[in-house]
Amino acid sequence: MGKEKSKSGPLARRPDNSAFKQQRLPAWTPMLTASTVLPSFYLLALICMLLGVWLLLTVQNTQEMKVDYTEAGSCNLCFEMRKNVSNAGQKCTCMIMFSIEKAFKGDVFIYYGLRNFHQNLRRYMDSRDDGQMLGRKSNLKSPSSYCKPFDVDEKGVPIAPCGAVANSMFNDSFILTYYTINGPTVVPLLRKGLTWYTDKNVKYRNPKMDNLTLPEVFEGTTRPPYWQKPVYQLDPFDPNNNGFINDDLLVWMREAAFPNFKKLYGFLYRANKPFTKGLPAGNYSVAISYNFPVQYFKGRKEVVLTTVSWFGGQNHFLPIAYLVTSGLILLTAVVLTVVWWKFGKDGKNMAD
Amino acid sequence: KNHDLEEPSGPPEGCCGLGKSKQPNRFFKPNAIKTNKYTPLFFIPMNLYEQFHRLANVYFVGLAILNFIPVVNAFQPEVALIPICVIMFLTALKDGWEDFRRYQSDKKLNNMPCLIYSRYLTRSLFYDVERWKDVRVGDFVKVVCNETVPADLLLLHTSDPNNVCHIETSNLDGETNLKQRNLNVKRFLTFSRNREKPDKEKTGAGIESLLLRGCTVRNTEHAIGFVVYAGHETKSMLNNNGPRYKRSKLERRLNVDVFFCVLLLFIMCLIGSLGHYLWLKNLSDVPSFLVSDSKGHLDSPSLSSFYMFFTMIILLQILIPISLYVSVELVKIGQIFFILTDVDLYDEETDSRVQCRSLNITEDLGQIEYIFSDKTGTLTENKMVFRRCSIMGKDYPHKENVIAFLHHQETQVIPDEKLLQQISRSERSSSGISDPYMDFFLALAICNSVVVSMATTQRQRVSSPLHSQKTNNPLESLSVLAKRTGSFWKVFDSPKQNGSSTSAHKRSDDANGVQPRALDPMTLSARPAAASGDVCYEAESPDEAALVYAAKTYGFTLLARTPNSVTVRVPSGEELVFEVLDTLAFDSNRKRMSVLVRHPITGEYVLYTKGADYAIMELLGTPYAGDGQQKKIAADTQYHLDCYAKDGLRTLCITKKIVSSREYQSWLADRKKALAAIDGREELMMASAVQLETELTMLGATGIEDRLQESVPDTITALREAGIKVWVLTGDKPETALNIGYACRLLEEGDLVTCVSILDCTLEEVRRYHEDPRNVDTTQKISLMIDGDTLAIALSPDLQDRFLELAKRCRSVLCCRVTPLQKSRVVKLVRDKLKVMTLAVGDGANDVNMIQVADVGIGISGQEGMQAVMASDFAITRFKHLKKLLLVHGHWCHTRLANMIIYFFYKNAAYVNLLFWYQFYCGFSGTAMIDYWLMIFFNLFFTSTPPIMFGIMDKDVSAEMLMGVPELYRTGQGSGEYNFRTFWISMLDAFYQSLVCFFVPYLAYQGSDVDIFTFGTPLNTSSLFIILLHLGIEIKSWTVVHWIIMLGSVALYFIVTLAYSAICVTCNPPSNPYWILQNQMADPMFYLICIISTVVALLPR
Repeated sequence: MGKEKSKSGPLARRPDNSAFKQQRLPAWTPMLTASTVLPSFYLLALICMLLGVWLLLTVQNTQEMKVDYTEAGSCNLCFEMRKNVSNAGQKCTCMIMFSIEKAFKGDVFIYYGLRNFHQNLRRYMDSRDDGQMLGRKSNLKSPSSYCKPFDVDEKGVPIAPCGAVANSMFNDSFILTYYTINGPTVVPLLRKGLTWYTDKNVKYRNPKMDNLTLPEVFEGTTRPPYWQKPVYQLDPFDPNNNGFINDDLLVWMREAAFPNFKKLYGFLYRANKPFTKGLPAGNYSVAISYNFPVQYFKGRKEVVLTTVSWFGGQNHFLPIAYLVTSGLILLTAVVLTVVWWKFGKDGKNMAD
Repeated sequence: KNHDLEEPSGPPEGCCGLGKSKQPNRFFKPNAIKTNKYTPLFFIPMNLYEQFHRLANVYFVGLAILNFIPVVNAFQPEVALIPICVIMFLTALKDGWEDFRRYQSDKKLNNMPCLIYSRYLTRSLFYDVERWKDVRVGDFVKVVCNETVPADLLLLHTSDPNNVCHIETSNLDGETNLKQRNLNVKRFLTFSRNREKPDKEKTGAGIESLLLRGCTVRNTEHAIGFVVYAGHETKSMLNNNGPRYKRSKLERRLNVDVFFCVLLLFIMCLIGSLGHYLWLKNLSDVPSFLVSDSKGHLDSPSLSSFYMFFTMIILLQILIPISLYVSVELVKIGQIFFILTDVDLYDEETDSRVQCRSLNITEDLGQIEYIFSDKTGTLTENKMVFRRCSIMGKDYPHKENVIAFLHHQETQVIPDEKLLQQISRSERSSSGISDPYMDFFLALAICNSVVVSMATTQRQRVSSPLHSQKTNNPLESLSVLAKRTGSFWKVFDSPKQNGSSTSAHKRSDDANGVQPRALDPMTLSARPAAASGDVCYEAESPDEAALVYAAKTYGFTLLARTPNSVTVRVPSGEELVFEVLDTLAFDSNRKRMSVLVRHPITGEYVLYTKGADYAIMELLGTPYAGDGQQKKIAADTQYHLDCYAKDGLRTLCITKKIVSSREYQSWLADRKKALAAIDGREELMMASAVQLETELTMLGATGIEDRLQESVPDTITALREAGIKVWVLTGDKPETALNIGYACRLLEEGDLVTCVSILDCTLEEVRRYHEDPRNVDTTQKISLMIDGDTLAIALSPDLQDRFLELAKRCRSVLCCRVTPLQKSRVVKLVRDKLKVMTLAVGDGANDVNMIQVADVGIGISGQEGMQAVMASDFAITRFKHLKKLLLVHGHWCHTRLANMIIYFFYKNAAYVNLLFWYQFYCGFSGTAMIDYWLMIFFNLFFTSTPPIMFGIMDKDVSAEMLMGVPELYRTGQGSGEYNFRTFWISMLDAFYQSLVCFFVPYLAYQGSDVDIFTFGTPLNTSSLFIILLHLGIEIKSWTVVHWIIMLGSVALYFIVTLAYSAICVTCNPPSNPYWILQNQMADPMFYLICIISTVVALLPR
């Protein structure tokens, strides 16, 4: 500034001759020449190719098995039964047989899958009260208006957990049995640790206990209309898996992005033989307590057994996408190279 | 002392004796002004009202309100208000700040002190110091020297013995020369006499006795006036209409595309609602995920799909870019900043930069196809130099002047020896009274409106802050004065005069045959103790000053001018005082001016008239028709005039007429009637002037040179290479225009110059010429030359089209002898009929019409005052600046803004389509898979700064390249880089990219246990990368600023999103993005998806 002041007089209004004001900042102008574009194309193709191959090999090592039980086998009866709402209270179990040709190695995840169930409808997904499930007493007694019409029952008693999401919770349960030569063995399942750590410990909390038992805390609330039992009986044996922090509830509350989805049901418990190395090949059955009606939305239900790789479950799309992309880039690069060879190497701007 | 003087005609008692309540003038508005629009209390409602005039704001607020209706809402209603609130808050902040500045300046003005004749009897006869806002209509206000006039005053008294008040109107029109305001004594006396017994006779007071608010009194100790208009009713306030709003071509195009976007939005919403309807119809039963309203009632599919239409509009609203208008404004401000700071557009001589007076048409500079240029002062310097003259049919070429000319002594004229001899001879022979040579120079000295100011009074004009800077260093004081362009060269005169006049002295001594008396004025002015001191001339037009200086060189020095007399020192040393009986001022219809004086020696009434040759020649006296001598003189003069014009000189004819006493008396009666008239005064005045200006005697003619500005030919060549057609519209003679045309390479040797007389034939000829296959190489080599009279015919409705067709085929067009109105009509015709972007450049008041009509008006702040600058959009100092302004800044501004706007549309379309594709998977229920806060941030913060920076700073081609290769400018012409094609290509690109960006993650996550927001996060991230990298590809040159902003945006995205999803456990119910990005960033899948979708989306680029 001092310099500028001393420059008063005739040229007082002369603009600064600085690089910024004169728009002469040193600039890097990317020059698209064959010598820069082509190598980068080849490099990109190579990277994509390597990634794709690596992913493909990884995916090849994963296994997945889907068992649709909607109306298969004995479940047909249950399917018919659930068509009628008045039978909602009645229990129905059925069994499906299936066999695994090739042993599942490593950790095995058991999912339940739903098709055509839109957890992503705007009204549906808004119909919940995170404040209530965070354990806020006020929200427990007066649920948010977003929960309507599942905020209070006909008598005005608040519903816990409120809202359509919780109300429509998936409530089938499975027992997997492995048939060895020695006879059937129940496949041991771990039904805990299914959720994100933050969900279990931060996002969802039971209301403060203050030396009360869980049922006492939830006094003055009622269960969602479609539920068979209140929220504090979801897992009466483990206080860390009961109420609002029940794993199954949390898994359900994380609304799926697409109408066809699967949700984690449990892991294979690998401490005892014959499951230490995963699921051995052989015959299995799954016994289902069939509660969740799907015929209203023409839906399907399935049990999914899968092993996972470092980037998730069995996923053939990504490796293929990478490989195809790599191929495309390579093709373009080759075409450009040919053009470049044919029309002289004068470094013409060919990328455009 | 002054009070005594005022006493007999003091203010009417009725006025000052009464209290405020009974004052007869209390109904007039006070002088306080208020230009601020808002008051603190009502700022919010009023500003909102203003903002809602903008359709876009209404649209967005409407959508936000729609969101409050439960059946259609798409987002949490409170959050939906945020973007529009942010935008409106920013606008309100800007408005408020501007308004506050206006308020402050008003306050400063209103509290300026002024002297008011006391309204109360108790303190009468004194002037109270009051503030401007206390001035009322009917007050008597005293303004002392260098003070600004507080209200429109009717001049009643001045300290000047000649009843003249000098004012400077630089605050009003930017003109720095002094103007005279006369006090009509007779009328004033009538007024004061009738104070007690008012009679019914009306007296008209003209502009010449009115001091307008905002003028500054100069060279007059004090002036007293009667307030006729105050406050907002003053002329300057009435003229103050605020900035003009021009809408650029790009913006008009932009609005069309916004409309297309609305259409697109409509289609998308229709698809959405139709899809919802079909989806609902397909459901056979009511599943548990279909949530009914609070009463357990479900709407019918058709009704809910009707609601869904509005939900979709809300969801997809950002397809219409909410921040586009604000961003465009910001970008333009940035562009203007860079234009203003360009050192190449700075003129050292006048210490002035380019001025941008219109803030929103920068990009139009890049699309110009036709330039209409004035000649004088635009192509030329408008520094007039007396070059030659012809007296009594004899040419005096003044050859020595050429040499002096090279040394830039513009005001100094070296006398022609032959002429000097002739003068001294005639002086001896005929006692110097009625000799035509004497008359010629007397006419030069008298017939003008030049104000004489002494070197001492000159100094008064320098306002006080400049005084302090004054040192003994003459150069420095010169440069201070140099700021006032008007006075620049007059001051320059004083030191130089001595030197050159002595050299002239020597040379004439060598000539020997000259009487020493003839050199008197030179020696006189060289004498240090000369009683007159150095005379400085304040001229309204440089031509006049040049003539007065020329007369001075020959010993006819204009010493003083008052409304009633002119004092001229003749070579004999005598000081003749001519009584000025009347001045018939110059106007553009008559194209001449006259002064009627009474000769002090002979007592004759003499009328000196000077004017354009064609305006004079037809008035030459018929009584002399028989006189062969006179006829010959006229013919010779005409011949000389033509020669001068061919040399590119500006010509004036000087004539004389001796009016008989009887004739004068009869004319005077008419004149008085005209003067006193209130209605139709102008016409009557003119009629009376024409009445007198007949039967003139030709004395001679003058040729004044107006030098071409530097680099004009280069500039014109470059502009032409850039595909711009340059038309020159001038008031000069065809010969002069042609000459200048060649000089500035508008016309080239060997060009076929067609002078139009019969339009049809010419057109036919030109058409044939074009169609002739032999002439293929020489096409565009035809230049058209048309004069005002022909132009008037050519502009008639039935010939317009043919004229244009002809003009289109010509490479350049020269129109000469055109009136200001014709200039604007030509511009308008070309603009409207050919649908091209026009630019008009000019410097004088006669160019104002044309500047206002053209798409872009450029004013050149030169010698002819500031009217053109005031009317212009951009003001430059030299014509050559036009080259960089158009070729570099225009090109840049256009490409930058065009690309930015296209990018903006692309960006919003790409982002909105992500949401749209998702609708196919959520039963068209209007779900957004991205948290709404993040969506807002995405548009407002993460991706808004890079395009703005892009719009301000990108350079597709370097400045040197643009200057060197003017052809590059052609890219911007016509529809430019922002047209139908580029818009839809970018929209298609947006569709493609959004498809990739959506379906890659979709396929990757298909059938998995991914939840909605976890799915949305990689989508959001990869679309951020795609959008920014897309811009990265568009950016042609990367500077530090680019890198910082680009990387900063990415960093900002991650920081804000991480922080938001870490802090917010339940802050935005019911959507809840808690810890999602953190989780995602721990998942390799996220990176794999981001990489692949970015690569695939940008691959076509």
